[in-house]
Amino acid sequence: MDFVDGFATHYNYWIVIILMMTGFYLVIARPNMVKQLVGLSLFQGSMFILYISFAYVTGGSAPIIVEGEQSYANPLPHVLILTAIVVGISTTAVGLALVVRIHQAFGTIEEDEIHDLTRED
Amino acid sequence: MISEHLPVLQVVVPLIAAPICILLRRDDTAWGLATLATWISFIIAGSMFVEVQSAGALSYALGSWPAPWGIQYLVDPLNAFVLLVVSGVSAVVMLFARDSILDELGRERENLFYCAYLLVFAGLLGVTITHDAFNLFVFLEISSLATYVLIAAGRDRRALVASFQYLIIGTIGATFIVLGVGFLYAMTGTLNMADLADRVRAYDTNPAIIVAYAFLVIGATIKLALFPLHLWLPNAYTFAPSMVSAFLAATATKVGFYVLMRFVFTVFGPEFSFDTLSVGLPLAILAIVGIFATSIVAIFQNDVKRMLAYSSVAQIGYMVLGMSLATTTGVAAGLIHLFNHSLIKAALFCSVGCIVYRLGSSHINSFAGAGRRMPWTMAAFCAGGVSLIGLPMTAGFISKWYIILALLERGWWPIAVLLVVSSILAVIYIWRAVEPAYFREPPADAGPVSEAPLVLLTATWILVFANIWFGIETSLNVGGAFAAAESLLSGYAP
Amino acid sequence: MSAEVLIPIAIFAPLVGMVLILLSGDERPNQRDAMMVLTSVVTFAAVAGIVPEVEAGGRPRVELLEIVPGLPIAFEVEPLGMLFGLIASFLWIITSFYGIGYMRGHHEKNQTRFFACFAVAISAALGVAFSANMFTLFVAYEVLTLSTYPLVAHHQDHEAQRGGRIYLGILLTTSICLLLIAIVWTWVAAGTLDFTPGGILAGRVQGPELAILFFLYMYGIGKAALMPIHSWLPAAMVAPTPVSALLHAVAVVKAGVFTVLKVVIYIFGLEHLVDTGVSQWFVYVAGFTVIAASCIALTKDNLKARLAYSTVSQLSYIVLGAAIATPFAILGSAMHIAMHAFGKITLFFCAGAIMVATHKTKISQLNGLGRRMPFTFFAFFLGALCVIGAPPLGGIWSKWHLLMGAYDAGQIIAVGVLLLSTVLNIAYLLPPVVRAFLLPPKAEPDHGDGSEAGHGGGHGEGHNDAPGDHGSDDHRGDDGGRGIREAPALCVVPLTLTAIGCLILFFLAEPLFGLLEGISELGAIRQ
Repeated sequence: MDFVDGFATHYNYWIVIILMMTGFYLVIARPNMVKQLVGLSLFQGSMFILYISFAYVTGGSAPIIVEGEQSYANPLPHVLILTAIVVGISTTAVGLALVVRIHQAFGTIEEDEIHDLTRED
Repeated sequence: MISEHLPVLQVVVPLIAAPICILLRRDDTAWGLATLATWISFIIAGSMFVEVQSAGALSYALGSWPAPWGIQYLVDPLNAFVLLVVSGVSAVVMLFARDSILDELGRERENLFYCAYLLVFAGLLGVTITHDAFNLFVFLEISSLATYVLIAAGRDRRALVASFQYLIIGTIGATFIVLGVGFLYAMTGTLNMADLADRVRAYDTNPAIIVAYAFLVIGATIKLALFPLHLWLPNAYTFAPSMVSAFLAATATKVGFYVLMRFVFTVFGPEFSFDTLSVGLPLAILAIVGIFATSIVAIFQNDVKRMLAYSSVAQIGYMVLGMSLATTTGVAAGLIHLFNHSLIKAALFCSVGCIVYRLGSSHINSFAGAGRRMPWTMAAFCAGGVSLIGLPMTAGFISKWYIILALLERGWWPIAVLLVVSSILAVIYIWRAVEPAYFREPPADAGPVSEAPLVLLTATWILVFANIWFGIETSLNVGGAFAAAESLLSGYAP
Repeated sequence: MSAEVLIPIAIFAPLVGMVLILLSGDERPNQRDAMMVLTSVVTFAAVAGIVPEVEAGGRPRVELLEIVPGLPIAFEVEPLGMLFGLIASFLWIITSFYGIGYMRGHHEKNQTRFFACFAVAISAALGVAFSANMFTLFVAYEVLTLSTYPLVAHHQDHEAQRGGRIYLGILLTTSICLLLIAIVWTWVAAGTLDFTPGGILAGRVQGPELAILFFLYMYGIGKAALMPIHSWLPAAMVAPTPVSALLHAVAVVKAGVFTVLKVVIYIFGLEHLVDTGVSQWFVYVAGFTVIAASCIALTKDNLKARLAYSTVSQLSYIVLGAAIATPFAILGSAMHIAMHAFGKITLFFCAGAIMVATHKTKISQLNGLGRRMPFTFFAFFLGALCVIGAPPLGGIWSKWHLLMGAYDAGQIIAVGVLLLSTVLNIAYLLPPVVRAFLLPPKAEPDHGDGSEAGHGGGHGEGHNDAPGDHGSDDHRGDDGGRGIREAPALCVVPLTLTAIGCLILFFLAEPLFGLLEGISELGAIRQ
């Protein structure tokens, strides 16, 4: 029962773990570079959810000052994650730009095929 | 007036110069601005170093928001030392950049290249100077993203793949660091490092703190390319433009090492790291295994840049080994090697850059006969190699002396023996490049080749002289490193 | 001038000379060679100028800079270093002349680089001689290794590459892996690296640790060529003969055994060694090296290879004396540095002169040459007697003291080794002389071109054991060496001088003893 309780009250953390491992698996196991970037984005995205999750204060509302509200969620992690999202987007953008260049240079974006091609260089 | 703003100017000057570079499309103007910004940073770093040595740490509250709420820049003996190394070597490498980049990249993308370079530079300085854990991550990503661009600028198409692989691994490393910071924040509610250090103590061996520790240490070791997390590095250094290899080898991994030290010593504290978690021994084992594995791999490389890249991973092992001792001498030895190895690898990569400039390749075969055709370049390579091997009167010797001293002081003499044996491996791989230069005739179909241009040689030889200078007059590197080590350990003894 | 001024002059004059040599370049050979001779004379004068103060018991000291806190680059002249410095700098003058004659007679390439590296090597050798602490000595020792590498690999051919690899490989490996560890260990244990009379380890390192440390030092000093790390020395014989003569018979190898003596006397301390007996092992190792190297020398037909193994064997005399570690034996060892230097340099000069004049490198080719080259072969004879240790040549003094030292210390094995090796010395050093003077010239089957000897060019030496290479050169001396004459005067005069030096050392050994007795442990032993 403890396990079920733990899952029910902390399901967002379980989602973080599942997303993170899915992303990580994609990055490691897929030779396709676009899929790797998808995995990387998932990996980073799970981290955003983690931050947002622990910013929540039980019973607190959104951190906008309203008359009568006593407790708010912690705004700082939200701000941090805004920054991290920008970083994540930039990373994905640079990654995709590289994939385009790699496609131009090699004619493929499959890592194993590129590996075979570069062996001849 | 301006002197109190030096900490922020350290980062802001290159950061502002970066976008301006894009606008400068006339010949060499972008390079000129980038060089100017780098030199100003160097001067700022130098004056802060002097001030920290005499007056103690400098604190700067960004936007006048007081710590721990605002972002604080704190220049203490440790990062003053690292800032000096990073900006100093970059300043010299920039002299090397103009001709080398023109040759390898061409005119039309020059301004974009220098923009990316300045972003890397600003990012590295920012990582080093900030005292805010999350800000550190942001600067780390600024420098990393721009680094991917620099590496992808290499002439070989494999540079793109190398850059992509680095992007994947580097992002995972950076995400690990944010995760670690997140756990710390969740537990303590602060991001300021000094504040963190105060509050983390109270949690002792709380699992969340240990998880944070693991994420941070692994994230940092990916960035600094400690064996076995070094796989991104050899390709990146091999296919990047020569100037980029010299710049990154001298700065990026060094800043990664700084991040590791900052978390291990300042945030978590040596008692927690070395007594509670005993990370000293695993780090030492990884370091020594890495030194051997990568040195041996370096011996079998036929591309000199790749050889030097593997050698860099091995040298990182020496730094981590010093740190893992957790004694004043050990930590100082790691920092001394950080300083000296920057100079060594910059000198070596620059001299290989001269070879690439004239002969078009860094393959060992293209070294054949270079001793006669490019005597000054090869002399610089030999001098850098001697320093890497660690013979007396060079900077490399000072590093080795202190690392061995630190090991023997703690009675780890078997590791000291392994360490000196490993430096013989350096003799072998350096000699593999030196011998063809002097003992083999240049290929018959090779056209006439003259010595590298004076500018390239000047920059290379400045670095070579720095190698000799800091092997003889060691008050700056040894003194600075010991001051930093004492401030980090502050009375801790293993 | 005071000794404090002369020490830096002596060490830096060769470096200034190197710059002058490089500036003169290959285009102005006469100016370049004049610079070298001038430098060598200045260097010797500076070294000689220090003698009176050291003889009077002074220990002039110069501190240049402090590389690491507590570890300065400092020089201090004591009698042993004085002796070594005097020999190295004096023989450099003679070798300068010989080198000019040899390199020109042999039409060697890259003479400027050659002489420049030579000057650096001398500077490093003097640095070793005068160093005030183990740290300075190590620095100079490594500079010596690196500066002699271009000399060993001078010909830049396959043979030179191989020789250079062995040379650098062994010397760097031993010095980095063993010597450096030993030095840092000493620093950690004793807190100082200064050469101190009585040693610095007594009471600080004991038992098995002391034995390990001693092992690290003895094998770390690869230049002393103890077996089995001796093979760099024969490999170094690919170098032109002046290098073999001055560096690999005098400066480099003597720097090695000199370091051994310094370590034994001033780091370990003689009493400490004798009390603990840790050096006993090395009496056997050195004794084995003496005999084994002599036996190998017997089998070598290449003259330079034979001399190289002879050097290995003779160096171990000095290590043997150091390992016995009684004052008498140490005195014999120190004297042997001087005596063997003069004897062996004479032998190498002769080998080089024979090579320049006849392009012969093998002992079996020397039959009957004595009549053609009387000065050279008579000098060879004197040099051989000096190394053997026969009166009236200097070699007798050092061997005598070594024998006395071994006997007094009850090291009967060492006594046996010394006696047996003397017999072996005779067996491998006298045949060349006997062949040259007593055997009739060999009639060789095929006829060479009979061109003027001494103008072959190329690299006629160094192919240690490779039989039958450089074909036409070997047959130049057909019909009993007709057309063979003495080598150029610049070769013959130096070797005559060093041969006379061997004689003089017999009669004038007293000042050397007087000098060496300035070492406190050695004082008063001959009263």
